[in-house]
Amino acid sequence: MKSFDYIRPATLEEAIAAGSQPGASYLAGGTNLLDLMKVDVARPDRIVDITRLPGLDRTEMHDDGTIRIGALVRNADLARDKAFAAACPAVAEALLSGASPQLRNAATVGGNLMQQTRCAYFYDPHSACNRRQQGTGCDALGGDTRNHAVLGWSDSCIATHPSDFCVPLTALDAVVEIEGPEGPRDAPLSRFYSLPDEAAPGGVDLAHGELITALRLPSDAASFAGHARYLKLRERTSYAFAIVSAAAMLRMEGGVIAEARIALGGVAARPWRSVIAEERLRDAAPSADLFVEAAEAVLQGAEPSGENAFKIELSKRLVIRALQRAAEGTPERMPALPASVFASDTGVSDHA
Amino acid sequence: MPDTHTPTAPTASRVRLGSNAGQPMTRRDGVAKVTGSATYAADNRPSDLLHAVFASAGIARGRVSHMDVDAAKSHPGVVKVLTPQNCPSLEIDPDAKPHAFSWRIEVLQNDSVRYAGQPIALVVAETLEAATEGARLLSPTYEEQPVRIGFDGDAPYDPPAIGIGSAPSFTKGDIDAGHASAEYSTETSIETPIQYHNAMETHAIVAEWNGDRLTLDTPNQAIVMARGMFAGYFGLPPENVTLRSPYLGGGFGSKAVPIGPQLLAILAARMLKRPVKLALRRDQMFGPVLHRGATRQTLKLGTDADGRLTALEHHSTGVTSSFDEFIEPAANASHNLYASPAIVTRHKAVRADIGTPGPMRAPGEASGSAALEIAMDIAAEAAGLDPLEFRLRNYAETDPASGKPFSSKALRECYAAAAKQFSWASRPRAPGQMRDDVGRLVGWGMGSCLFPNPMFPAQARAVLRRDGTALVETAGADMGQGAWTALAQIAADGVGLPADRIEFRSGTSDLPDGGIAGGSGHTASAGGALYAAGSDVIAKLAGLATNDPASPLFGAGNVGVAARNGRLFRADDETRSERYEDILARAGLDEIEGAGSGGRDPANAEARAMFSHGAVFAEVTIDPDLYQIRVSRLVGAFAAGRIINPKLAKSQLTGGMIWGVGFALHEEGLHDTRTGRPMNADLAGYHVPVNADVPSVEALIIDEEDPYVNPLGIKGVGEIGITGTVGAIANAVWHATGARIKSFPIHIDALLR
Repeated sequence: MKSFDYIRPATLEEAIAAGSQPGASYLAGGTNLLDLMKVDVARPDRIVDITRLPGLDRTEMHDDGTIRIGALVRNADLARDKAFAAACPAVAEALLSGASPQLRNAATVGGNLMQQTRCAYFYDPHSACNRRQQGTGCDALGGDTRNHAVLGWSDSCIATHPSDFCVPLTALDAVVEIEGPEGPRDAPLSRFYSLPDEAAPGGVDLAHGELITALRLPSDAASFAGHARYLKLRERTSYAFAIVSAAAMLRMEGGVIAEARIALGGVAARPWRSVIAEERLRDAAPSADLFVEAAEAVLQGAEPSGENAFKIELSKRLVIRALQRAAEGTPERMPALPASVFASDTGVSDHA
Repeated sequence: MPDTHTPTAPTASRVRLGSNAGQPMTRRDGVAKVTGSATYAADNRPSDLLHAVFASAGIARGRVSHMDVDAAKSHPGVVKVLTPQNCPSLEIDPDAKPHAFSWRIEVLQNDSVRYAGQPIALVVAETLEAATEGARLLSPTYEEQPVRIGFDGDAPYDPPAIGIGSAPSFTKGDIDAGHASAEYSTETSIETPIQYHNAMETHAIVAEWNGDRLTLDTPNQAIVMARGMFAGYFGLPPENVTLRSPYLGGGFGSKAVPIGPQLLAILAARMLKRPVKLALRRDQMFGPVLHRGATRQTLKLGTDADGRLTALEHHSTGVTSSFDEFIEPAANASHNLYASPAIVTRHKAVRADIGTPGPMRAPGEASGSAALEIAMDIAAEAAGLDPLEFRLRNYAETDPASGKPFSSKALRECYAAAAKQFSWASRPRAPGQMRDDVGRLVGWGMGSCLFPNPMFPAQARAVLRRDGTALVETAGADMGQGAWTALAQIAADGVGLPADRIEFRSGTSDLPDGGIAGGSGHTASAGGALYAAGSDVIAKLAGLATNDPASPLFGAGNVGVAARNGRLFRADDETRSERYEDILARAGLDEIEGAGSGGRDPANAEARAMFSHGAVFAEVTIDPDLYQIRVSRLVGAFAAGRIINPKLAKSQLTGGMIWGVGFALHEEGLHDTRTGRPMNADLAGYHVPVNADVPSVEALIIDEEDPYVNPLGIKGVGEIGITGTVGAIANAVWHATGARIKSFPIHIDALLR
């Protein structure tokens, strides 16, 4: 493999300085970057290991209801943080449905936001891929496309964003805190990933040298805690990326949906939040017809990008199911198979 | 092989084994493995070691037009770049097939590319990292030709043979008459995909030359046979090669024969006069190291009004490579399981620009059984019969293909035991009738399991020592199945000692040939040899004692003696016995040696059909709207002769059943049809079952005494668990949903409606 410099800065300032050098990449859990380096998709000249930076590994629950999660908090730690899981159960469920325990122990919050698509053509250095190298084309088009995008894609790129974590976060209006050579800034997660257009494959709103330091959830995030679910369909019961996943969160007042949040994963180059569907649900009483209407709204404009028309119908049904589950209320205990359709509905292990 | 080691026993009987066999002994290598002290091939680090990485072809058909060898050579640490321009030739053409188990392999003999991932150059360096970067810097360019992928890329043809030398077609009876007389005619078409072995341990080799002697650390399922094959490629007498393979991290059929990358590492070690290590990356497992070939199968069954088969016709088209032939013998799964007056099987083949397929755990049987068991389910439904009842009505009392009696067959008992454990009797016949307590679809299906009992020539040596211990040895191969343990149990019984008083040597080619760890025949083959060697040395010991007036056993030659727990006993008077140590001491001997070979009485082999049998019952749970599938319960019962170690045997059987879950729902090698490149060449994309996919799996063992299969009465348990299971799951999916599937693995979108 390519030789690279390894730098372990002691402070955020040193990290930004090192990370701003040409060819630098930040390393946290390494669960995606190292894979990308092995297949030559990522070829950094210097690795800036940020795992020892102080102060980025804490989850803060503020009195005003806002939650600030340090970029180096490990996925497993966040999911098992009782206060956080109580406030944001769908986020915890999403985290626990991703990858394997070993990977969740290593992966970090910031790294999860930065993970690349799992499109096989992106990982195959012999294939044309605009996302890897803009202007080369997209060999996924007309290829093996069962798991590709059905929303927001263009001929430039039909890849999907693979994160589970980011799906409920996007629905909850999470904000990404960024430090960089030009100073700190905030970026709403809903606009952090740009969709492909005819000219460009889309990407991440992070300039070279910029570093995610934290993720912030607004004060109303916990108001959905009583009716929040994440559901994930996959090709095996665990340890697989989503075919399609859905986060559904409801703030219920007197049997009526006061506010709804809904987003899909695995269908587009970013978590697909549907404000139209959320508006349709607002101030309505939960019903089967209502959820069908909401599902239709979420999938408005969906089109197959290949042999994946089934994902559109499947996504609608998953939205309906996620809304039903959310309306029934968040289970008291995390299901034994988080986010699975095989999770028992009482939160008790059904595969003891 | 005549029954040489128990000369007084009639051939139609099973020998009595001692107290070691039959015990659920915990694997003897377990601690070494979990503590990391078990040395797998790539763990070897001889001094002065070099690292090799091969460059993989990025196209599937054409030729390499250029490689930047200078760039690779000038990378710091790179020692050597081997390409077709400078690669020495071997003593045997790698495109020749000198041996029944030879595959055509790539050893840089020319610049052609015949599948994606083929080795096109070897870079050797002081570090793995430098070799990896050197291989990348070659930046090959190609002249590409259009690729052929799948069943329809090329015209089907009639292969001269299928599997390893089997006939491509078979006919019994009048199939047209069978179909004509049928009350119910059913037709079933099923496709099975390419599957890659993907053993946890990737293929690896450390090659070291010492003059004209060669030492190889490389995982191998057929240690002595492979030693000879390696030696042949380098023009060496076999005894000049030592192949050490104490542990394999899985083999599944892909680690029996030499592959190109191994030979390249050996060549490089010879050229550079330093030891060379090469370990395949996971993505390199998808091409050069065999796979299970894809099949497209059609079955036509005729059934009479009573639910008895009148015709069984099974056709299979197998995909092979453009340059070699291994046709998955899938249709042969219909030869020996169900009684039918007329049976026809036929195989076709299609060439594609992929690596050559090869044997993969239950080769032919796995794919063929999957289709056959679905076809049987469909026929049962047409005849209005419960699937188990239908199979019982078509129970074969003699081998359907040959008409021979079975050496033993307890399939009826397997059906009964597994059905009872599963509560099959409460199954409604119609599909879509069952739900779990939260409304998910539930379906129950079943399948029959069958696997033949081949044996391979094997030898062993046993030495009794003056201290009352024994050395027993054979070049066995432990792929994880437990050969270190089960073979040692047999070896201990052969010399009449507790297992902790024998030294059991195995896993290296300087020992007697332990045969092939394949065909589920290793325990029978190597175990038979070990027992025979033990019996041989015990007979010598008995000779010393019974001819010695000072021994309490003097004169017992005619009545015989029995060996047990380090003593010889007079057969007709067990109060008269003597310790091994005392017999040897009095004879003034430090040790005595015996030898033996395993095998089967040829007369029995000719007269009997020999198979392991079983039945698997599967429950699937399926979301009624979203159609995600989970195999919520599997119960199997298996009759496989004498079980040497029930703990290991159950592990093999449940492991096979879990493999069946993967076959049914997960495993699928995806190749882009435009480029031929694998599109899921890693374990994130190539799915196998995880723990959550197998919440409940149970294997019952049905006692079976087989006096014909071999002197020890051992059949085999390594592969049979896959058969039956795949079809059972597909049938359960139908029972839950009413949908008959057309291809494996069963994806959500196949059920979505």
